[in-house]
Amino acid sequence: MPGSAALLRLAALALLVAFLLTPYSFAPLFEPLTQYGAPAIYDQGNLLTLALAQIGTVLCATAASTLVAVGLGIAVTRPSGAQFLPLSRTLVNIGQTFPPVAVLAIAVPLVGFGLKPTLIALFCYGLLPIFENTIGGLRACPPAVLEAASGMGMSPGQRLLSIELPLAMPLILEGIRISLVINVGTAAIGSTVGAKGLGEVIIAGLLSNNAAFILQGGLLTGLIAILLYDTMVAVERRLFGNVRIE
Amino acid sequence: MITVDKLSKRYGTTTVVDQASMVIERNSITVIVGTSGSGKSTLLRMINRLVEPSSGRVLIDGNDTAREPAHLLRRRIGYAIQGHGLFPHRTVAENIATVPRLLGWDQARVRARVDELLGVFQLDPAEFAGKFPHQLSGGQQQRVGVARALAAEPAVLLMDEPFGALDPIIRAKAQDDLLDIQRRFATTIVLVTHDMDEAFRLGSRVAVMSQGRVLQYDRPAALLTRPADPFVSRMTGSADRAMKLLSLTTAGEVAVPGSSNGPTVAASASLRDALSELVWRGAESAAVVDANGMPCGCLTVAAILAHGRPG
Amino acid sequence: MTQHRIDPLGALVTAVGAAALLWLPFVVLKPNRILPGDARSLIAVLPPSTTIACLACLILVALAALAMSKPPVRLAAALLGVIVVAAAISTAGDVLTPPGNRVVRVAPGSGFWVLLVAVGLMATDAITRLRPRPAARVLMLALFAAVTLFALAHGTFDHLSVMREYAVNAGRFAHEVRQHVWLALGSLGTAVIVALPLGILCHRVPRLRGGVLGTLNVIQTIPAIALFGILMAPLGALAAAVPLAAQLGIRGIGAAPAVVALFLYSLLPVVANTVAGLKRVSPAAVEAARGMGMTSWQVLTGVELSLALPTILTGIRIVLVQNIGLVTVAALIGGGGLGVFVFQGIGQTAIDLVLLGAIPTVALAFSAAVLLDAVVETMNRARQ
Repeated sequence: MPGSAALLRLAALALLVAFLLTPYSFAPLFEPLTQYGAPAIYDQGNLLTLALAQIGTVLCATAASTLVAVGLGIAVTRPSGAQFLPLSRTLVNIGQTFPPVAVLAIAVPLVGFGLKPTLIALFCYGLLPIFENTIGGLRACPPAVLEAASGMGMSPGQRLLSIELPLAMPLILEGIRISLVINVGTAAIGSTVGAKGLGEVIIAGLLSNNAAFILQGGLLTGLIAILLYDTMVAVERRLFGNVRIE
Repeated sequence: MITVDKLSKRYGTTTVVDQASMVIERNSITVIVGTSGSGKSTLLRMINRLVEPSSGRVLIDGNDTAREPAHLLRRRIGYAIQGHGLFPHRTVAENIATVPRLLGWDQARVRARVDELLGVFQLDPAEFAGKFPHQLSGGQQQRVGVARALAAEPAVLLMDEPFGALDPIIRAKAQDDLLDIQRRFATTIVLVTHDMDEAFRLGSRVAVMSQGRVLQYDRPAALLTRPADPFVSRMTGSADRAMKLLSLTTAGEVAVPGSSNGPTVAASASLRDALSELVWRGAESAAVVDANGMPCGCLTVAAILAHGRPG
Repeated sequence: MTQHRIDPLGALVTAVGAAALLWLPFVVLKPNRILPGDARSLIAVLPPSTTIACLACLILVALAALAMSKPPVRLAAALLGVIVVAAAISTAGDVLTPPGNRVVRVAPGSGFWVLLVAVGLMATDAITRLRPRPAARVLMLALFAAVTLFALAHGTFDHLSVMREYAVNAGRFAHEVRQHVWLALGSLGTAVIVALPLGILCHRVPRLRGGVLGTLNVIQTIPAIALFGILMAPLGALAAAVPLAAQLGIRGIGAAPAVVALFLYSLLPVVANTVAGLKRVSPAAVEAARGMGMTSWQVLTGVELSLALPTILTGIRIVLVQNIGLVTVAALIGGGGLGVFVFQGIGQTAIDLVLLGAIPTVALAFSAAVLLDAVVETMNRARQ
């Protein structure tokens, strides 16, 4: 079974790369979907550039969210920040009821159209799962382990870096993965406010009533999301497959 | 030598440890025993300052422990706890190497020490060094926990219910190992337990604690024969106190020159075990043999019974 | 520890609120719905007596935030703050709108929003410290909703830009809200009907579990806009090939792909939580039920499902909140719902229209979360 899964993954990656590099070789597949001689492959921009722009946006925003969210998660689990822990959990719960699209839409009046509102929306929404999982991971460290670390003479900083964060890392990575996947979708919708990305292809298809555009935009975005998700899962397994916290 | 001087810990209005004082001899096992909530763990944790005392001092070889940063103090003191507290993301070898690495030992020295300790604890380095804690049995995890605590050759080892999570047979073995290790490394061990039998078995001195106070701090035999407080006699138990007293003395200590036709008992066996053997065989005396099986004296039932009485 | 120490969160709330009052525009006066406007501070807009009353109240709130430690007092102060900020923006709208003018827009400025977030943060903190029981939380939500709806119906905010936008779109608004709720609930309902038996099957037949959950997981990973796009072509083809399907409203564009996609998204949380909930049922309870002579159907409905219900409901809560958010995206493919206003607003650069879609969406999702959380918690409490 793991063999067939790896094969499937490789096939998906090959399909994505092939489509992005030589989109016109797939034109015959999409031609039946077009009407009145409309183009079968998106022609108002380079698909590879759009895909890279979208992945770049997602990675930048998620990297920033990770830094801030992990930092905040560490802060509220230290004794000095503990009084903010209940409130910050409530805020995360409330924040996650906000639809990503609403966050995007609300960012527009604040900073105008373009890449900026998309980055802000991705950053804000990306914070929540990472923050939640950082807190969860840090609080799940077995008390006996922490006690042993202090008892052997680790300073609070050493304990955090060499024990707590490594133990929390699987959950933190899971949070990052959730953020990444949500952000790929939100970044695609970001095309409606002027961010570069594959969402542009879908929107163009909707506006010109071209089902071929819609389908290829959807397929490419879906493939990118699945492959990102898959990569993260593989990284998590590779790094932490043999660690078990009782 | 560790001197605990009028040590107290208060949280708000509740006093957890109340003016505890005791002098712990170098190269010995001292056991602090008490019911849960008696303050025994807090007292132990004030020695390595995992808990900061509200008042009082702890001196190690005459030096006040409050004078150095707590985390540096703790690197000099071994610490083993119930449920071992092994780091689940590190291998056995990495776990044991924790404090030597904190102290900046070079690689070769760390390796040599890890291998030595694994050998001492009957864990083959080739097999166990690379394993993760979850791949070990409970007894193995506990041994690695003690090995880790001993890694940096500490002069003092603190143990908080180290055998609490083990089943009785593995626990007895672990207790024997601890006695061996104490002799081998000449470590000063302070151990906390709620189990009086464990205290009698391991401790050269035992402190009985209740409600934050040290009620009596003495040799085990004295706790049995001259309890300072009704609570102490309740803790030691009165129904089988004669047998407990017998278990504190070995056959070798009591044997007199001479020979016997009766069964043989090892010099290291307790009088309790020797008596049991004699009752079982229906004999009046036993031949005592040393570790090499050579006769070194004899022991009569009457002599044994004489040791089961106070005074 | 001294008795009169300053509350750190109170200090934050006060600092943020004061900064918003001093440096950020409380309202923005726009000549019409598209053009940018000029910013006005609270002091510059309100009549002097109102300004003084308003500032006095806000100082009182700040003092409570800084020095009071009892959660009920803090909550009362925070609510006073919300009311004062709301009253101030309402008055600003009335004062700035020339009589009879329906073109000028008085929009709440960033100062208003930041101030609202500050007092909202204080209220949230107080409620968190109070740890209200589920019923109390629902009651609070209902009270807040009732007061807000009453104020809206009464016309308190009619001179503000978002309500102006509402006045223009009133008829469509009610329709889109219904469509939004219908899309979210309809897809959830059908998903539950399919997912429950599927979850039970996965629990009973462990061989199926990996494949089913893995497939649903992949679907869940595909972004909404992409899945809508992927479904449009086959549904369009279906409509073209089968006239009956077209008559039933199944088309490549519109609500059909949205409902199908939302249905697919809803499956994973419900199936996964059904499996998890059934797994958590103690074997002893099942054993005891069998021992007492229950049939396997009785064991399933009477013991297993009823014990797993809180976990299953948690899955349904996740789906409902997620769907309310995702329906917004459906507007892009003509599925309707509140997203219509969001994307129209984005298209026309009419921020008021964006907010007309976004604010009710957030309110719906938030209310659904509070309501279902309360139900789940009540069940869990009853079982302990």
